Amino acid sequence: MANSNKETAEEQQSPSKAAYIFTIIRLSAVFIVLCGIIYPLASTALAQVLMPSQANGSLLKNSAGQVVGSTLIGQNFTDQALFQSRVSSIEYKAEASGSNNYGPSNPDMLQRTSDSITQWKLDNPGVPVSELPIDLVTNSGSGLDPHITPAAAIVQIPRISNLSGIPPETLTALVSEYTEGRDLGLFGEKRVNVLKLNLALTELKAK
Amino acid sequence: MGIVQIIAVILILVLLVKPAGTYLYHVFSGEPNRTDRIFGGTERGIYRLIGLKQRGGMSWKKYAVSFIVTNIALVTFSYILLRLQKGLPLNPGGIGNMEETLTFNTVISFITNTNLQHYSGETGVSYFSQMAVMTMLMFTSAASGFSVAVAFVRGITGRSSVGNFFEDFVKAHIRVFIPLALLVTLALVGLHVPQTLKPALEVTTLEGQSQQIAIGPIASLESIKHIGTNGGGFFGANSAHPFENPSPLSNVLEILSMWLLPASLPYMYGKFAKNKRQGWMIFGAMMTLFVVLLGLNYAAESAGNPAVNAMGIDASQGSMEGKEVRFGIAQSALFTTVTTAATTGSVNNMHDTLTPLGSITPLTLMMLNNVFGGKGVGLVNMLMYAILGVFLCGLMVGRTPEFLGRKIEAREMKLIAIAILIHPLIILVPTAAAFLTDLGQGSISNPGFHGMTQVLYEYVSSAANNGSGFEGLADNTSFWNITTGIVMLLGRYVSIIAMLAVAGSLLRKKPVPETIGTFRTDNGLFTGILIGTVLIIGALTFLPVIVLGPIAEYLTLR
Repeated sequence: MANSNKETAEEQQSPSKAAYIFTIIRLSAVFIVLCGIIYPLASTALAQVLMPSQANGSLLKNSAGQVVGSTLIGQNFTDQALFQSRVSSIEYKAEASGSNNYGPSNPDMLQRTSDSITQWKLDNPGVPVSELPIDLVTNSGSGLDPHITPAAAIVQIPRISNLSGIPPETLTALVSEYTEGRDLGLFGEKRVNVLKLNLALTELKAK
Repeated sequence: MGIVQIIAVILILVLLVKPAGTYLYHVFSGEPNRTDRIFGGTERGIYRLIGLKQRGGMSWKKYAVSFIVTNIALVTFSYILLRLQKGLPLNPGGIGNMEETLTFNTVISFITNTNLQHYSGETGVSYFSQMAVMTMLMFTSAASGFSVAVAFVRGITGRSSVGNFFEDFVKAHIRVFIPLALLVTLALVGLHVPQTLKPALEVTTLEGQSQQIAIGPIASLESIKHIGTNGGGFFGANSAHPFENPSPLSNVLEILSMWLLPASLPYMYGKFAKNKRQGWMIFGAMMTLFVVLLGLNYAAESAGNPAVNAMGIDASQGSMEGKEVRFGIAQSALFTTVTTAATTGSVNNMHDTLTPLGSITPLTLMMLNNVFGGKGVGLVNMLMYAILGVFLCGLMVGRTPEFLGRKIEAREMKLIAIAILIHPLIILVPTAAAFLTDLGQGSISNPGFHGMTQVLYEYVSSAANNGSGFEGLADNTSFWNITTGIVMLLGRYVSIIAMLAVAGSLLRKKPVPETIGTFRTDNGLFTGILIGTVLIIGALTFLPVIVLGPIAEYLTLR
């Protein structure tokens, strides 16, 4: 009896190679199912039930109830009577994000920036270049940045007022209404969501 | 305001270190505690399912073999799945099978906790692959690394054995990663990160254009991507993408997610060593190096790019090329520093666009690879430098060096030398090789000295198992897929095996009693020596190549 007990103990301490490998295969299978299938599907179910709007891309609707985009994803605005977004090498095509990854000494980046400034001068006569905030002439990391700084919105007001006939005071009020503060008053930067601002501007014009 | 918010995040982290480190100690010490009641049942179920009857301690060799064979099993499954993803379910985008060398690179990248991505998430992988390969490997590679770190700590603190790999691996999942990931996933969805299986959205923009918006099960990947210090993004733009990281608050959550566990490990180690001061000394050395490098990046990015500033615009925000407005300089600099310190490799701003001096921060952190560090590896590397520091001091005073009451002798030092030397070797040799071939040089997208940094960064990131990139580099070619794949493998497994061997070797030694002549390793002097050792041994190796890349570029721009 004592002998067989000892044998079992030895067997358990050094199980056969096949059993050891089989344990590893089963271990892998368990975590493939648990982490690769159950966890993401359970997360999806919880998210869809608890927070459907956030879980589905935070879509933005106009007053008629039509979806005009996602509040999180920037858009390309070509109409000079609307607020312009930041530079995007992918022109805000959101099926594949990214940017050119230009290094700080890259001549193409310096050329693009100086071209943007030249274009800006043409579109915004009367506003000195020294007031043009850097975020408007630089490419965001994602190419989909939905925001500009409040200064970058304010500096566009004279142009938009000229083209649309809306008085600058109204536009200034609109910009400050759509200026979002830092998160919890501390984290990140003050910013303006260009799509939300332009949607409000379009609806203001329509009135 | 920038500095205030950075300090706030660091303070939150410091406050969380003690409770998190204590929890980790409870999980891995093997002493009965309250977490058994919550998770014990599930774990016993899994042990039964995998047929694990004996949970006794393993020898270091058995531990290392179990770790490696489990990794091989997971990587084989992942390779097959990616090569067949076209015909598998949950592929609404109709994405094709992945090419061989790219699959080779991708599975190695994820199993080694690197998450270097030569594919783009939107166009390269199906939802099923994102879940069953990417998300799954993010858990399992993190749990593997974590287990090894715990085994190493058990070894050098003189427990009865290094532990049982299978038990550690299961516990790391059930008691740490899965519950934490679920919590963070829900918090991220609350902060507007999408989590859906629906195909890409098709919207009509305000100007009447059609815009396709890629979406998917993002939050569940995003959470473990940071908690497991993995870093591979759902999208090409990684955490700069507004769906992965919609707001400064989500940014802070992601920073804390990737920083908390690595930062708590020194405290856990202190508890294992029954000397909490020792743990805090290691933490202090890490935090000192961290703050210095964070300061460098923050200052350089705030000052901006002289060539752009000279154009006469209002550049008071700093260098905004490659950065998002919602994060600004402060949240970008902090993210960059944490992601390369914790070897996560996610990015919320494009590192290729960093100013020359700013790019020294991520490069240096990955070259050191021990300032917090990824799941477990950072602590192991830092302890390796601690032993080296003790050894150097021992040489200076002519005493046999001791660490935690055990003599450090030739065998340990040889293993540590291997682990330390492999890192520069697998960075500098392939970097030089890439410049000698057209295959390597042809991929450089930024001319001049910056191109040098691009190549260097790719191999540093691979060797440190970080995974961030100077993404301008056209790296999805056989040359890059294979060379970085090999570098990632060596970077992960050589040092881990060497350090497990050190742990096994120390376990066999008889403890020597502490005397008045024992060199203390839990005071400020030792922290200083540790930082000195890291800088002299770890950083000086790379000084020439830093001068050729970022510093030369800085001098041309000034």
